[in-house]
Amino acid sequence: MPGYSITLRNRSHAFGDLKTLLAKASPARSGDALAGIAAENDQQRVAAQLVLADVPLAAFLDQPLIPYEEDEITRLILDSHDRQAFAPIADLTVGQFRDWLLRYETDGDALAALAPGLTPEMVAAVSKLMRNQDLILVASKRRVVSRFRNTIGLPGRLAIRLQPNHPTDDPAGIGASILDGLLYGCGDAVIGINPATDSIETVHRLLGMLAELIERYGVPTQSCVLAHVTTQLAAIEQGAPVDLVFQSIAGTERANASFGVNLRLLGEARDAALALRRGTVGNNVMYFETGQGSCLSAEAHHGVDQQTLEARAYGVARRFEPLLVNTVVGFIGPEYLYDGKQIIRAGLEDHFCGKLLGVPMGCDVCYTNHAEADQDDMDNLLTLLAVAGCNYFMGVPGADDIMLNYQSTSFHDSQYLRQVLGLRPAPEFEAWLETMRITGDGNRLLAIEPRHRLLQDAASASGIQPRASTNEI
Amino acid sequence: MASESPVTIDPWHALRSVTQARIALGRSGGSLPTREWLAFKAAHAAARDAVHNRFDADALAAEIATIGVETLVVASAAADRSAYLQRPDSGRRLDAASRSRLQQYAGGGQQPDLAIIVSDGLSALAVHRQANGILAGLVPALVSDGWRLAPVIVARYGRVALQDEIGELLRAQLALMLIGERPGLGSPDSMGAYLVHRPKIGNTDAHRNCVSNIRPEGLPWAAAANTLRYLLTEARRRNISGVALKDERSLAPPAASCEAKSLDGLASK
Repeated sequence: MPGYSITLRNRSHAFGDLKTLLAKASPARSGDALAGIAAENDQQRVAAQLVLADVPLAAFLDQPLIPYEEDEITRLILDSHDRQAFAPIADLTVGQFRDWLLRYETDGDALAALAPGLTPEMVAAVSKLMRNQDLILVASKRRVVSRFRNTIGLPGRLAIRLQPNHPTDDPAGIGASILDGLLYGCGDAVIGINPATDSIETVHRLLGMLAELIERYGVPTQSCVLAHVTTQLAAIEQGAPVDLVFQSIAGTERANASFGVNLRLLGEARDAALALRRGTVGNNVMYFETGQGSCLSAEAHHGVDQQTLEARAYGVARRFEPLLVNTVVGFIGPEYLYDGKQIIRAGLEDHFCGKLLGVPMGCDVCYTNHAEADQDDMDNLLTLLAVAGCNYFMGVPGADDIMLNYQSTSFHDSQYLRQVLGLRPAPEFEAWLETMRITGDGNRLLAIEPRHRLLQDAASASGIQPRASTNEI
Repeated sequence: MASESPVTIDPWHALRSVTQARIALGRSGGSLPTREWLAFKAAHAAARDAVHNRFDADALAAEIATIGVETLVVASAAADRSAYLQRPDSGRRLDAASRSRLQQYAGGGQQPDLAIIVSDGLSALAVHRQANGILAGLVPALVSDGWRLAPVIVARYGRVALQDEIGELLRAQLALMLIGERPGLGSPDSMGAYLVHRPKIGNTDAHRNCVSNIRPEGLPWAAAANTLRYLLTEARRRNISGVALKDERSLAPPAASCEAKSLDGLASK
């Protein structure tokens, strides 16, 4: 194995192998420090970046970071690599690849054609040499479009996952949050519930509720109950109306094993969902969530930095042609991403890497109460990712998830982005919102009257009457 | 003449009676009205303070002892709160003194069926408020079912996987960890319960079952105790835990699993 070294300002720096070099070149974050693989200081980090800039992209094909024999994801990445698609950049170094990506001539079509020739490791490597504006610029060139009952990822569009979680999976509580989200124009990415209970019965019951709602109002969207994949498969066997199959995934075989999944199981899940034939405009039936640090937390990181491992998770995702993939970027906690600055950087890296690999990236822009972050940090990342062309964000009532105990983004946040960047919902969903008199007047929310059909139906279901003003209560 | 309110009211605010979610907040244009924005900030401030609350392990152990069980106080390898937050690995192992204490303890006597561990995790407030309430229901039920219990271990600065080392040292067939969950905005005092069959160092999260959001406004003590009693009984009977063990009761109360967002940060692993 070749060594990597450089002398910088009269100091020599040596890096034993490629994965060490990548880890030392990675922008600072607490998770890599926790793993004991981060650069010891800023100069060593830049030295590593200088060395990395001269590494040929082809090195990543010859030197797997995690041995081929030990890891099915390494095998997936290398076995599915498309040499022909790789040809335009086959002779470039990592540093030259950054320059190539930034050229005017490298447009969305060029990036789409290149995607099968890129490995997660190449994409992760180049991201480490890029500043935030580079990550935004290159990602903004690349649209990844996916379809099920609507079309997500088109230029000028932004979808929102309506996340109506409730700590006891109470149908009335979940229903109230769904109503709130729909009346704020959200829910085109998916109406996706994280169940408090991972039981087949609960999953089946919630799926039935969502399917009934989507059918009754003809909502051009899809549903998902984000239980473990095996629970969703069992629900399918019981006849549950599953639109999308969800699973959290990570970038190593061992980390996925700690989640109780592997590539074969994910393939079976996709086949089962496809067999239900519930999509109308497309057949992207998978939904994945990821997040930097998950491999380390499962003690399955093989000494590879967390950002590179995250990119490998997108390598897993793209195999299954998902409708939705989002990094849950600030969810994991300060031991992996310490503060707002690290969360923002990671969110931009994740979106960039996913898009380059051809994954329909969204982002759960979020933080926990033990991290050094707040709403201002979320506003920054939300805005940056929207400029970068992120496919979707989360919509949680008031940004406060009362089941998962973290702060994400709100329905109101989507209205902010629609105003400042002119981003519209998925076209099919936008038409539905206008028909339902929820939005109009060019992308603005309409005042909802107490006699609105959704409110009247909710009232007759719950016995709680809508009122025009708080003063009447 | 009074000017009209710049805030658009949402006429479905009565639905706030069915959920604690922040629905029907109204809007200023499309944005959060001033009052709701400041209410959010106040809740965030309270949750931040809960993370840094002090854990009184001795007082909690004394309280638990009143239900008629033996207790032992131990500490993880985390030296302080700050080390605990930044080095989760330190919270997954005992410090040397605690280890040798448990080794000595396990030297004599029969192998227990179950080791129960209580730890502050990310909210000391949660275990101070919830742990004794659930144990007062669960422990007598398990004893009447014929379970042989190890002393209840109260562990400072613990992560979920600390149950593996403790359970292994005590040679317990099962370990149950009650631990403070990461505080939410409206729930600074929510507790999680994790059970694992055959606890041993190196178990992964796929080996564990989780019941979360234990607090009066979430999953109340009695319902949580029932669910845990069911899961523990099934785990012992079938010799399994984790993804292989599902709550298959048709009328199960709303318990909870932590598959939800299934990344490690969910509770306090």
